[in-house]
Amino acid sequence: MKIEFTLNHSKVTVDRPPEHRLIDVLRDEFGLKSLKEGCGEGECGACSVLLDGKTVASCILPLGRVHGHAIETIEGIRNSESFTAIQEAFKKAGAVQCGFCTPGMVISTEALIRQNTNPTKVDIRNAISGNLCRCTGYHMILEGIRLAVQKREER
Amino acid sequence: MGKTISSSIPRLDADKKISGQAEYIADMVMDDFMHARTIRSEKAHAKIKAIHLPELPEGYTVIDKKDIPGNNRMQTVVSDHPLFAEAEVHYIGQPILLITGPSKEKTVELAEKVQLDYKELPAVTDMEEALSENEVHVNYQYAKGNPDAVFDNASKTITDEYRTGQPEHLYLETNGVIATCHSGRITIYGSIQCPFFVKNAVVEATGFAPEQIQVIQTVTGGAFGGKEEYPSLLAAQAAVASLKTGKPVRLILDRKEDIEATTKRHPSLLRYKASLNNKNEITGIDIDITFDGGAYATISPVVLQRAMFTSTGVYGFPNIRVTGRVVKTNKAPSGAFRGFGAPQVLFGIEQFMNRLAAEAGVSSLAFKRQYFLKKGDTTSTGGKMWADIKIREIVDKITGMSNYKQTKTNSGKNRGIGISLFLHGCGFTGKGEVDISGEVILKKRGNKVSILTSNVEMGQGASTTLIKIVAHSLSIPEKDVDFVKQDTDAVPDSGPTVASRTAMIIGGLVKKACNKLLDKWEQEEAEVKEVYKHPGYVTWDNDTFQGDAYPVYSWGANVAEVEADPVTCEVEVKKLWGVYDIGVALDEDIIRGQMQGGMVQGLGFAYLEKLTSRKGKFNQLNLTDYTIPTSVDVPEIECDFVENPYEFGPYGAKCAGELPLSGVAPALAEAVEQALGMEVRKIPMTPEYLKARKNED
Repeated sequence: MKIEFTLNHSKVTVDRPPEHRLIDVLRDEFGLKSLKEGCGEGECGACSVLLDGKTVASCILPLGRVHGHAIETIEGIRNSESFTAIQEAFKKAGAVQCGFCTPGMVISTEALIRQNTNPTKVDIRNAISGNLCRCTGYHMILEGIRLAVQKREER
Repeated sequence: MGKTISSSIPRLDADKKISGQAEYIADMVMDDFMHARTIRSEKAHAKIKAIHLPELPEGYTVIDKKDIPGNNRMQTVVSDHPLFAEAEVHYIGQPILLITGPSKEKTVELAEKVQLDYKELPAVTDMEEALSENEVHVNYQYAKGNPDAVFDNASKTITDEYRTGQPEHLYLETNGVIATCHSGRITIYGSIQCPFFVKNAVVEATGFAPEQIQVIQTVTGGAFGGKEEYPSLLAAQAAVASLKTGKPVRLILDRKEDIEATTKRHPSLLRYKASLNNKNEITGIDIDITFDGGAYATISPVVLQRAMFTSTGVYGFPNIRVTGRVVKTNKAPSGAFRGFGAPQVLFGIEQFMNRLAAEAGVSSLAFKRQYFLKKGDTTSTGGKMWADIKIREIVDKITGMSNYKQTKTNSGKNRGIGISLFLHGCGFTGKGEVDISGEVILKKRGNKVSILTSNVEMGQGASTTLIKIVAHSLSIPEKDVDFVKQDTDAVPDSGPTVASRTAMIIGGLVKKACNKLLDKWEQEEAEVKEVYKHPGYVTWDNDTFQGDAYPVYSWGANVAEVEADPVTCEVEVKKLWGVYDIGVALDEDIIRGQMQGGMVQGLGFAYLEKLTSRKGKFNQLNLTDYTIPTSVDVPEIECDFVENPYEFGPYGAKCAGELPLSGVAPALAEAVEQALGMEVRKIPMTPEYLKARKNED
């Protein structure tokens, strides 16, 4: 079955069964390796992508579900000002350790910034409540997101 | 370059990780890949009567014990774990064979069709049952002074016991390796802590010569001890599979397999006995440690040793007896996990000291203070506390920051506050560092310097930290220093990335090598090598456990403030404080990340993470059931430091990575006891446990 969707701002067509997991299609078919598989059950958020601008776990998203929708991964936002702001903020805050959760954290941050320009501390915590991190204890990531939001507002 | 060594710089591995360009093991692509799937035991203890394989399509292969050209054992401290099961299986999840093939889905489908006929054998799946049946992998004891005499003359003897649970590392990236054979050699890529452990294990399994085996670490998505010994098993299996198929073999565990079959922290039963004189002063202490090692001994002996040498905490007692054993159960083998036996016993000693304080009718802190170790004191193993001990400054700082004393006496309804004190012996236990004699090489080409070591970056910040040491020592920019990828063909054996040894031991070697390189700085090209030697004062006898178990210690204190629901017994941690003496921070941000991350893992150990088993089968095999702290669970955390430079550490640095996990459980337990008015004898302190305790009292 042919599934058509927008991937990182380009129209694509995939001829695969609609029940195939989006994570496999993106990683194996399109070579998008920024999304990571941590649990395969939608619990850890390492495979997060943007579906029409909102964070979703690509490991539990069937391919058929994205027909006619827009998917974005880090590969698609890497050259944006917003990504640069997040990158600088995460570096400044020391938000990265092993890095396996980091792409998912970046995706959730991007979604938060797009949806909510003036998030509270609680909004920020909630924004990554679906992204597990085992290294940092979260505070330095939360600080990174706060700095990224601040940079966004300054512009 | 920062102003001082402690001034933070942006982590040098951050850009690639943030942009998703860091290549983890699952991101590697090779032509002609074979995917491997493990067929595992479904029984805790059984004889394998027959294995019925499905018909395998072309390109699909079975690999089992008969395919091992060398020794069918995982090479480690005790090499008793079969790579593939032989006549019997001893735990649920134990690997029996692999199926490999070009399609991952098909391989999994075929694996599910394998039928095993078992003859079930009696299984011991409970630590205390194993203890009563004396099913023991290893046992040790040592004493100081004359504990028998003081117990005979005690005016009072107090006993108590505590239990700790079985947390899983839950690194976000599961265990995984790729093996490929080519022109008479085997190359292993993997998410690993210890390249040379893996190399030695593959040599043992394949019978190949050491020079025929190459191990390359890929970017590693967290480890915490869970990628210390276990990858040796996976690498040996994958190597043999690659030899048989002639193709690259990719063996990456899914989350369920990783929770079920890989190592976890040793569950413990801790028994304490103190003799008190008529002033309620401790005259002697007897500590008895039981660890559940699971089905195979593997590295349990050294975990038990660290636990025993840490078991008296930050206190000095004149008369001590410590006995310890690792019992054998039909469960997955326990192994290395951040803290390596110390978090269990530090929970136990802190809780027991609180009991004794209550007996003496004084506050826990005032009671503990009388026994704080000081510089020059004799350790429990008859060694000496050679360096300055700043535990009093640590306590003053943390009680000030947290307003501990005032809150303790006036905590408010259903609220409580607790304090814990703890330490971590830096580097390997006993003569481990001397046995390994780790090597580091620095190479200079023009104005650029390369660091060659087998110690890996696994998220803890090793690469940035070691680069900073070189940049500072040689006054060159960090961009001119290269942390060479861990490839056993290219780097010397500096020992494994374990025991919080990288900053202090490897960093120390790097610093010394820099001093040598300075003398050759005028040369266009130069190479210097440095080999580890213990400071001259350290003595150790591994047969009698006498001497300096560690060259130096890092120290810490935690305070936890909680509110607890008196009906549901649900605990909310309001705030956590930590004050640490890690010598000198080599990078403030990296250290802050280590402390906060370790404390949050400590929260998991203390009250959030529950892994239980029934008849040897774990009940929580996914992240829905096994819950680690999330961004909405973590309390506010405040950390500070007391500087105490160590003469033999680079820029005065000591160990840091494992220390912060240990103190959270006892601080939280004391706080919960105050909030709920009960004694806590077990972690994790789940609401179910606390409610049951409440009903007992």
